[in-house]
Amino acid sequence: MKRIYAAAVIAAIGNFGAQPVSAATLFVSNEKDNTVTVLDSETLAIVKTIPTGARPRGMALTPDFKELLVCVGDDNRLDVIDTETLEVVRTLESGPDPELLDIDPKGERVYIANEDEGYVTVLERVSGKVLAEIPVGVEPEGMAVSPDNKFTVATSEQTSMAHFIDNETFKVTANVLVDTRPRVAEFERDGKLVWVSAEIGGTVSVIDPVTRKVVKKFGFEIPGVRRELIQPMGIRFTKDGKTAFVALSTANRVAVVDVATYTTKEYILVGQRPWHMALSPDGAKLYVANGLTNDMTIVDVATRKAEKSVPVGRLPWGVLVKP
Amino acid sequence: MRERRLPISGAHAKLGSAAVFSLVLGWLVAAYPAAAIPEAPTHAPEGALVTKILYVGKRYPEPLPLSLLDKDLTDEGVQGARLAIKENNMTGRLIEQHFELTEVVADANEDVVTKARAELAKKQGLIIADLEPSDLLAMADLPEAKGAIIFNVRSSRDELRQQDCRQNVFHIIPNWAMRADALAQYLSWKRWRRWLVVYGTTPGDKDYLVAIRRSAQKYGAKIVDERSYEFDAGSRRTDSGHQQIQTQMPMLTQGAPDYDIIFASDVGEAFGDYLLFRTYEPRPVVGSQGLQAVAWHRTFEQYGGTQLQNRFEKQARRMMTERDYTSWLGVRVVGEAVTRTAINAPADIKRYILSKDFAVAGFKGIGLTFRTWDHQMRQPILLSGPRTLVSISPQEGFLHQTSLADTLGFDEPETKCRMQKQ
Repeated sequence: MKRIYAAAVIAAIGNFGAQPVSAATLFVSNEKDNTVTVLDSETLAIVKTIPTGARPRGMALTPDFKELLVCVGDDNRLDVIDTETLEVVRTLESGPDPELLDIDPKGERVYIANEDEGYVTVLERVSGKVLAEIPVGVEPEGMAVSPDNKFTVATSEQTSMAHFIDNETFKVTANVLVDTRPRVAEFERDGKLVWVSAEIGGTVSVIDPVTRKVVKKFGFEIPGVRRELIQPMGIRFTKDGKTAFVALSTANRVAVVDVATYTTKEYILVGQRPWHMALSPDGAKLYVANGLTNDMTIVDVATRKAEKSVPVGRLPWGVLVKP
Repeated sequence: MRERRLPISGAHAKLGSAAVFSLVLGWLVAAYPAAAIPEAPTHAPEGALVTKILYVGKRYPEPLPLSLLDKDLTDEGVQGARLAIKENNMTGRLIEQHFELTEVVADANEDVVTKARAELAKKQGLIIADLEPSDLLAMADLPEAKGAIIFNVRSSRDELRQQDCRQNVFHIIPNWAMRADALAQYLSWKRWRRWLVVYGTTPGDKDYLVAIRRSAQKYGAKIVDERSYEFDAGSRRTDSGHQQIQTQMPMLTQGAPDYDIIFASDVGEAFGDYLLFRTYEPRPVVGSQGLQAVAWHRTFEQYGGTQLQNRFEKQARRMMTERDYTSWLGVRVVGEAVTRTAINAPADIKRYILSKDFAVAGFKGIGLTFRTWDHQMRQPILLSGPRTLVSISPQEGFLHQTSLADTLGFDEPETKCRMQKQ
């Protein structure tokens, strides 16, 4: 017993190294500033503002957290940021107007939504070699590689579909119609079902990737807020997978959804136009990028309280956390 | 004769064939070679549900824009319809649907209704009408158009939504009352409530004037004076023309009771742009020039609008105008309805687009729907200056029991539309 205990302590020290135990690094892309803001999760102070290409939106961290890939849409490329030096160290050819991307669990491939052109580009991450360009609907945005790395879900905003792409053959194997303007695809923690938010439709569709059927569709009702202002966008699941947070954009709230029953338990008031979100490594905090108030709200996951908001850049879009 | 057709396949529409339409459209797919990215299919695949849309326009004599910055366009409207057809087909290729556009454009001296009638006789029932009011109504009243859906993408005339409304006409473009209300809400928020109204001589100028008076009453503004400007439109290309204008505009605007803004109604483009910086008192100009209430403008890129601006400019090699946008939106309404229902008979589309299930995304931040009482599309209105977007109405604080966008234009209680049932 004792030996196991000691080993665990050593492992823990080894993992954290010289860094403070819980300090993580937060990255926020600022669409209008052409920057990524880097914050310390403990102090919430801005560590650095990294200049990027034009119109940075979607971001993804490699599985080893060493690189942050940023879609810079107006420059038609990805900027690769070294998460230690906090510098753009190289760029990757992404195809035109990349908006959002995902990296497979092995960190080998990058799947990119080319919004203007209506296709998905697949890159070899290290070499930047284009492996495939896969036509989907109009204005692809949401991208999610399945946890088992067998397929990828892309959503197209104007076509209102979730496209299922086979990661071996790069073929579209199914097109599932959802409500109007789907923005984000996110897998449940166990990887069995995928959620797709529809901004104008005001709903979330839950799709079974095996049958390619919408197994559940739910909306939101907030007293005093008109239905047309309730626009689901970013989705994040808590570490235990039992609860989901859905950012509701123009409703200025984040919905807290019970995953087992698909019912909303409460709404958390945050800044204006909450867009994408991220969880802290220990799962205790939720970080929400508020597009119109140029800030980020920190929500305590246990108490469901918005604790504070801190300024970032202009038109914050995405947020990610590196442990 | 200027009739153009896009490639049309021989396939006929399968009306109502796919009544059972599952949410999963799946496994339809597709051996696309990785290298070639087809922009949008131009021919219907075998067995596809083919939906035909007719674009009807006419080269009406129009004054040249006063500003040399604005080009004289010959393809306004139809470029938007063409773009939307491509977008419909990018979606359609995934679900065995195909969309085709037939373009009928009459010359200035041709009767556009006769030309349109020949197409209507061929069972064209989904029509984008880029027409002036008299032609629009004449076409809508043809026996061949009885079961059709006609999308008005050009005329803002209020009467078309009121006493001259038709059961087969849907209005994509905002009417004058919506535009004047959109500006009035903003002016009310700014507390610029004293208006000097200056109007021109064309029928459109008079129509907008009536709407401005209505909005002043609705939002509690005071029109301190109304003045008409009756000189003919100046040629935009005159040497040393500015001296004359520099003296005329102060004369037009002097001696009025105190006013906060000038509300210009110069739809005919005779003088409105000349008001800016030349008024007797230093006051902003709103209305048909200056701060304009429009459905689309190049200054607008919110709610994903960037993508539409980019796509359009890539195709047309020029900026997207309001008429390009309304034509685009008309074709997208059809695309949205057919994609969702897999049915393309006009009667079915009409029922669907008037139902609660329908909303189309038009880059305005909310789903766009039709008012059931007059078939006007309910929509936020952009308020744009010459160089930047200023605001979007409805403004915060103007309340409505069902839809905020119904604070703009003719709400149900004030409608004069009495539609005959089909």
